[in-house]
Amino acid sequence: MNLLGLAWRSLVNRRFAVILTVCTIALSIGLLVLVEQLRSEVRQGFYRSVSGVDLIVGGRTAPVQLLLYSVFGIGDATNDISWQTYTELEDLPEVEWAIPMALGDSHRSFRVLGTSTAFFRHYRFGDGEALALASGQVFDDLFDVVVGAQVARQLGYEVGDRIVLAHGTGNVSLQGHDDHPFTITGILAPTGTPVDQQLYVSLAAHRAIHIGWERGVQMPGSAIDPDRARAEAEALTPTSVTAIMLGLTTRAAVFGLQRRINEYREEALSAIMPGITLQQLWRITGLAEQVLRVVAGLVVLAGLLGMLTVLLATLGERRREMAILRANGARPWQIAGLLVFEAGLIAAAGIVLGVLLAILVQLAAAPWLLANFGLHVGLSWPAPWQLGVLGLIFLAGLLVALVPALMAYQRTLADGMQVRT
Amino acid sequence: MSMLLNIEDLRFSWPGDTRPVLAMDSLALTAGEKVFMFGPSGSGKSTLLALIGGLVRPQAGRILFQAQDLTALGGARRDRIRAEHLGVIFQQFNLLPWLDLKANVMLPCRFSRARAARAGDVGAAAQNLLGAMGLDPVLWGRRADRLSVGQQQRVAAARALIGRPALILADEPTSALDHDRRQDFLDLLFGQVEAAGSTLLFVSHDRELAGRFDRAVDLTELNQAGVAA
Ligand SMILES: Nc1ncnc2c1ncn2[C@@H]1O[C@H](COP(=O)(O)OP(=O)(O)OP(=O)(O)O)[C@@H](O)[C@H]1O
Ligand SMILES: [Mg+2]
Repeated sequence: MNLLGLAWRSLVNRRFAVILTVCTIALSIGLLVLVEQLRSEVRQGFYRSVSGVDLIVGGRTAPVQLLLYSVFGIGDATNDISWQTYTELEDLPEVEWAIPMALGDSHRSFRVLGTSTAFFRHYRFGDGEALALASGQVFDDLFDVVVGAQVARQLGYEVGDRIVLAHGTGNVSLQGHDDHPFTITGILAPTGTPVDQQLYVSLAAHRAIHIGWERGVQMPGSAIDPDRARAEAEALTPTSVTAIMLGLTTRAAVFGLQRRINEYREEALSAIMPGITLQQLWRITGLAEQVLRVVAGLVVLAGLLGMLTVLLATLGERRREMAILRANGARPWQIAGLLVFEAGLIAAAGIVLGVLLAILVQLAAAPWLLANFGLHVGLSWPAPWQLGVLGLIFLAGLLVALVPALMAYQRTLADGMQVRT
Repeated sequence: MSMLLNIEDLRFSWPGDTRPVLAMDSLALTAGEKVFMFGPSGSGKSTLLALIGGLVRPQAGRILFQAQDLTALGGARRDRIRAEHLGVIFQQFNLLPWLDLKANVMLPCRFSRARAARAGDVGAAAQNLLGAMGLDPVLWGRRADRLSVGQQQRVAAARALIGRPALILADEPTSALDHDRRQDFLDLLFGQVEAAGSTLLFVSHDRELAGRFDRAVDLTELNQAGVAA
């Protein structure tokens, strides 16, 4: 057993204080790492969902708001777009594809999106991945519905199940469209985007279930019967959509088209580039993130000060220990080194435990984020710059230990050879 | 007999103190002798031991240990000499409470390879000394703070003796013991000091013990600083 062995035995002897100190530091490091990890993962997750969309068009509104309600189901649309406008946009030469989005219904707290089969063909996420069906096929009949992976998983749905949709997007369905039972024809493969959290029906179906709902309540006897609706499906042309996703033939056309849509005469429209709007969103949330970072940093500082307190508190009781070591041949720097070693061990253990804690919390939070926001939060190691920060915190721990170490050093020199208690 | 320690014209004051604690012309210890040193409280006995141990450096004078002048050496060299050639016993609180007896006895060998080499098998040497100091083998693996004061002092003696150091400095090692235990302790200590061939400088108020030593030194007589005060 060498000197480090002695330091270890001394630490073990004071294990309760030491473990508490390690826990304090681990918690503070965990918080710091978690704030950073979740921040970057959440950004990553948001970006994944819109990476394949060039423009999103909606009624005149703030860009961030449009992005949030159209893609992420946060907030509600204030203005719709007329069907006329949709067809005009779709026919533009620089538009390769257009996905209509009609919102406003829900199924047991999941959003129902009225759209066309263009959605399944053209929507891209992540690194340009296309949507795939885990089972079944896309909607064909008026009362067919395709469900997202998370919807199917959470509600235990299979192809062939019959479900009802509710008006509005509240969790509690006040009035169900009980007269329009839908059949699940397909279940999408998981994407780790809000796509997993939605159900998909045709625009005609969206329109059909809303006949008789213009005033927000069902008029007695005014609902159309399913078979008649099916027969009249052709006639059920939508009158409006909530938003449109556009894919262009060349990315270069984006700026020009965006300006033209924003200046559209017939109707007040907003066109946004999702990536840029996300940047705006991050600028808004940036201040809160900054505050969180500062708080996490202060908590780390508190953890280090806690360690200093414990080291200083033990200094008195260890005076005897140091005099004994010294009388038996220990050098003053060895005695100071014991304290620095101890602090290093505590800081290192705290940092390692803190990172593990952050990873555990990420693991635990991932399903919740996925279920509630459709955000796929991957497990990730701290980025190299974060490891650098952790390294600096470790050095700060050693630096903090220099205070009691220098005090011990001076004391061993001044005490002579007497055991003082 | 060969000279082990020779102190000449020593003058020492603690940092911040204006008056010297120690001012003495000479003190000499020959190899293998057992010297009793006494003097009233505050007369500088412990201070003298710290000087001999190389923990502090005098303002003037020479401390020749095995013909090396400690006062001319740096702190590192003095620490090495202490680890290698000195055994120290205090009045009490000698042991690291969280180490077992054997590890406590082995402690000086951690700080000096030369001393460990002299001890040979350090673990076996520690056990031999613990046994020789009358400590039951069932105690050897126990934490030091679970022993009685008398037992702790015997462990401290065993530790001072490991690796057969040239000089044992004992600073009132018997003050915490009652009369009978004192005599037992001295018997055991003398036996091992003689076996190791070490020199013993034993400090105490207790003049009663002086008769058992080769000679007794009155620090107040030696120390002119004390006389002046
Ligand atoms: N580490 C120290 N720093 C400053 N002054 C000290 C220190 N140790 C001792 N002194 C002072 O030196 C003087 C001599 O003290 P020392 O401990 O050597 O006496 P002592 O003879 O061992 O007494 P005792 O029999 O009570 O142990 C005292 O006045 C004491 O205050
Ligand atoms: Mg003393």
